[in-house]
This record gives sequence, structure tokens and C-alpha cells, in this order.
Amino acid sequence: MAMTSPSGRNLRFVSNGVLVIIAVCFAVPLVWLVLASFDSSATLSVKIPTEFTLENFQKVLTPDISFIPLMNSLILSGGCAIVTVVVAILAAYPLSRYRMRINKPFLYGILFGTCLPITAIMVPVYSLFVSLNLIDSVAGTVFFLAASSLPMAIWMSKNFMDSVPISLEEAAWTDGASMFTTLTRVVVPLMRPGIAVVFIFVFIQAWGNFFVPFILLLSPGNQPAAVSIFNFFGQYGSVAYGQLAAFSLVYSVPVIALYVFISRVLGGSNALAGAVKG
Amino acid sequence: MATIAPTPLGKDTDPAGGRGSSGTPSQGPRPGSARARNIRTVGRTIPLVPSMVLLALFLLGPIVSSFYGSLTNASLTGAAAQKSSFIGLDNYVKLFNSPDFPKSIVLTLVFLFASAVIGQNVLGLGLALLMRSANPGVRSLVGTFVVAAWVLPEIVAAFAAYAFFNQTGTLNTVLAWFGIEGANWLYTFPMIAVILANIWRGTAFSMLVYAAAVQEVPPEITESAEVDGAGGFKRLIYITLPVIRRSISTNLMLTTLQTLSVFTLIFVMTGGGPGTNSSTLPILAYQEAFKFSQLGFGTAIATIMLLIGAIFSIVYIRALKPEVD
Repeated sequence: MAMTSPSGRNLRFVSNGVLVIIAVCFAVPLVWLVLASFDSSATLSVKIPTEFTLENFQKVLTPDISFIPLMNSLILSGGCAIVTVVVAILAAYPLSRYRMRINKPFLYGILFGTCLPITAIMVPVYSLFVSLNLIDSVAGTVFFLAASSLPMAIWMSKNFMDSVPISLEEAAWTDGASMFTTLTRVVVPLMRPGIAVVFIFVFIQAWGNFFVPFILLLSPGNQPAAVSIFNFFGQYGSVAYGQLAAFSLVYSVPVIALYVFISRVLGGSNALAGAVKG
Repeated sequence: MATIAPTPLGKDTDPAGGRGSSGTPSQGPRPGSARARNIRTVGRTIPLVPSMVLLALFLLGPIVSSFYGSLTNASLTGAAAQKSSFIGLDNYVKLFNSPDFPKSIVLTLVFLFASAVIGQNVLGLGLALLMRSANPGVRSLVGTFVVAAWVLPEIVAAFAAYAFFNQTGTLNTVLAWFGIEGANWLYTFPMIAVILANIWRGTAFSMLVYAAAVQEVPPEITESAEVDGAGGFKRLIYITLPVIRRSISTNLMLTTLQTLSVFTLIFVMTGGGPGTNSSTLPILAYQEAFKFSQLGFGTAIATIMLLIGAIFSIVYIRALKPEVD
């Protein structure tokens, strides 16, 4: 690149300037969140706290306000991720290894499913849950979340599985291993990193999901943190911005940590977009 | 409580998937015979069954019952809640005659176009291009904050945006430093606020896709164009954009579909209001179904959203066709 030429240096200067301005615009709402959580008299506007305090976290970190909802979030997104990964790996194996007449329509169906706006089907899903008597059922919600993340998970799993060489499996087949044994003993150990990516991807999505548990889970004892934050906002939000920010931060930390972890593992920051990219 | 669809339609589609479970695993007596091959195929289909059941029950079922439910007068309260009856296209007729629905369509289109097609895509592409000629430090600074807004759970992002645009929020504080008196953004200009918030929230995706795509532009072509005297803008128009056009179309499709289903951001920031001034289709469907208990009405809106999503999906799948074949 012509970095030493004058035009190159000007370009670099302009790019840096524009980027810094954009970075500041993107950062301000996030900075408010962090500063407000340490401020005992937080407002809606970004300001340096008069004194840094952990009071907000202390008030929020109680079983009723945050531990039970966070536990519910963990159950929902962990359960959803486990179900999704197991079902997706099972489905990906024949799709990746055998040429069957069902492959093409199935994959088209899956691809179609990845595009569907899940928000759009929540009203009919609510009716379905009412008629199956599944409203407020954690298991039902887990399975619905799993179903809604399955298309993307199957697509990703199939791509990861395609890159596992088939020669080792042929050896296992020769030794008389069944399809299931081959899958669990040979393929799954070889694609462990891919499985981790799918698991984390699904987990992050389920952890952040607000609309689905908001519609399907009614009793506060079952609701995940996303919904309880919303309720907290409705009850105390107009006075206790600091606590709201602290709660939001506690709730966000796990997914941020997982994202940082997964982007380190995959190298580069485009971990999730790379998986989604056509 | 209402029951729209008498039975979940997952059951009807089950035999296609359930076929696998009735067959025995692949131990055909004579390899090569048609019967043995059939049994083997059935055996190989078994691992697909759990996913088919889940998808049929929880995705296909609601979609099909959405089409049926939109033709009934199902409701959460009143007489229709006990027993819904078939009323044909009445919901759709009412929908198009009500003032809220056409307005909501327009708002949705404005939201899609301004925040996804223009905002996220142009800003994402711009960021990806600018980052190539920036210092590594600046690059990671921008990357961190843009991606952070995207990684945050949607409810948290929605609160951060709410605080930013609130009358006593950060935006007005900053404007006051320059002596400008800000407006009550969420009340006076709700669409502008949610559009900007959605750009803030979603640009990271486009940026990451474009950053990956731009890297794959062969440097030889760019260099030879530079030798021929093409300036930066010409290089962008004639080289970079044509080379990454597949990424552009894919990304346009995906961001549009994601934006079509944005609910939480608008719901938390404005609640669709004031009145219905920022009620896009997902918000309107929610309000009709759960606030005003018109389940059939809400289902009709959901069906229309599904149709819009389906059209976009088909265009997207046609673009991706080579990957499936």
C-alpha cells in the first residue's frame, strides 16, 4: 500500500478522524450504562458519578431481583442450546454423509427457516401453546426456542461436518461400527470446536431473547432475566436508573464474555458473522 | 382462553418424518435389492426425525395455523374466546379498512428502508472500507464499540437507546452544550429515534460481513486500476462494489429480514407510540392480539408479515442456490 505517499497519509488522517467520531457515537449509550451503574444518583443522561459506589449492585444482587431470573435464563438458554446441538448434530450427519433424495428439500426448508421472522409467528405460537396447555411451561419454551434456532444450527453443523474428512469413518465402518457409533466416537470428537461454536451461538441468542419468554412464560418464578429487567423497569425504572443499569450489566456480562471467547477461538472478530455469511 | 387451531398441524405433517421411526435400522438382507436399499434409506433418515418433529410442531405448525387462524374470529375475551368460528377474509378486509394497518405498513417500510437498507448497509460498508486505511488502534476501538452494541442482549440495548433519546437523556445534554435545545425525541420524532437506535444496534453485522468481503477483493485489480489513474471513488464504484456484489445482496436480504422482526427495541423505546406513530407490523400484531385481545386480527397481521418474510427468503435462497446443490 502507498502509505508513505502524501495522499496516503491524508487518507489515513481522514479515515482515523471519521472513525473516531463514529466510535464515540456508538460508545456513548454504552458508556451511560456503565457509569450509571456505579452512580448512586444516576439520571438518564451520561455523567461522571459524583462518587463511585457499588450500592446499585448490592441492591440488585438479591435472590428475588437477579439470582432467580439469571438462573432461569441459564436453564432456558442452556437447555435450548443442549437440545439444539444434539438434534442438529443428529440431523447434520445424514445430510453431510449420504446422498439422499430428502437432502435437497430438507436443506431448502432449513434455509427458508433461517430467514423466517420469528417475531411474526409469536401470535400463532401463543395460540398453539394455549391449545397444548404449555403456557408458562419452561420445557415448552425451551423446545420452542430450540426449534427456532434449529435451522441455523443444522446449517452450521452440516458445514462443520463437511470439513471433517470421511476417511476415518470409513475405517470405523470397515470395523463394523454402526452409524450411531461412528457419529459419537469418530465424528463428534473431531468436530468439537465446531460444536462449541454452534452451542455458544445458540446460547447467546437464547440468553438475549426477550420476546419469546415474554409471551410464553407468565409467572415471575419462571421468567428469565430479560423479562424481569423489563418488569423492573416498569416498577422502579423511572426512579432507580442506577439499579436498572447495574442489573443490565450483570445480565450482559456472560454473553459478552462468551462472544470474546468465541472470537478468540475462531480468530478475528467476525466469528458469528462468518457463520451466518452466505 | 382461546383455541384457534383445533389440532396442531404438526401432527398432519408428522407421517413424512415419522416414516423413519417405523422402519428397522439398516440391516438389509441382500445389499443391492430395491427393498434393502429402501430399508437402508429409511435407516439413514432416522437421525433427521427429531429435528423434523421439532420443526413441524413449533415452526410449521404455527405457520399453518396462522393462515387458518387469520380466517377466524378468535379472541382472548368475550363470546368468541369460547368457540371461534370461520369468518373467511373478514379480518383482512377489516385490516385494510382500519386506519392503523396501512399506516403500520408505511412505518414498517420506512423503518426497513431507512435503518436496514440505507443505515446499516451503507454505514457498515463505509466502516469496513475506512477501517482498511486506519490505524490498528483506531480500528480496534471502532470494532469494539460497534460490535458491543450488537452483542448486548436486545433488552439492554433497548434501555441504553431509551436513555440516550429520552427528554432528559444524553442526546439532549450534549445538544445543550452547544446551546441547542433538544426535542422530546421519543414523543415528537419516535420513528427517527427508533431508526437511529436500530442502526446503532445492527450495523456491526453488516460491518463484519463487508470487512470479510472487502478482504477478498484481489489486490492486483485494485493496483492496476490505481496505475491507470482511477481515484478512490472510481475504484469503489467500478471494482470493489462489483466484486463484493454477492455479499451485498446477501447482506441486504439478511439485514432486511432481521429488521422486519425487530420488536424489543421499539417496544421498550416507544411502545409503538405515541398513539400508533411508531407501531411497525410486529408491534401492531402484538397490540391487536394481546392488548386488544383480537387474536384473529393479530394473526392476520402475523400472516402478512410471514408472507413478506417468505418473499424475501425466496429471493435470498435463489441467490444461495449453488450452496445447496
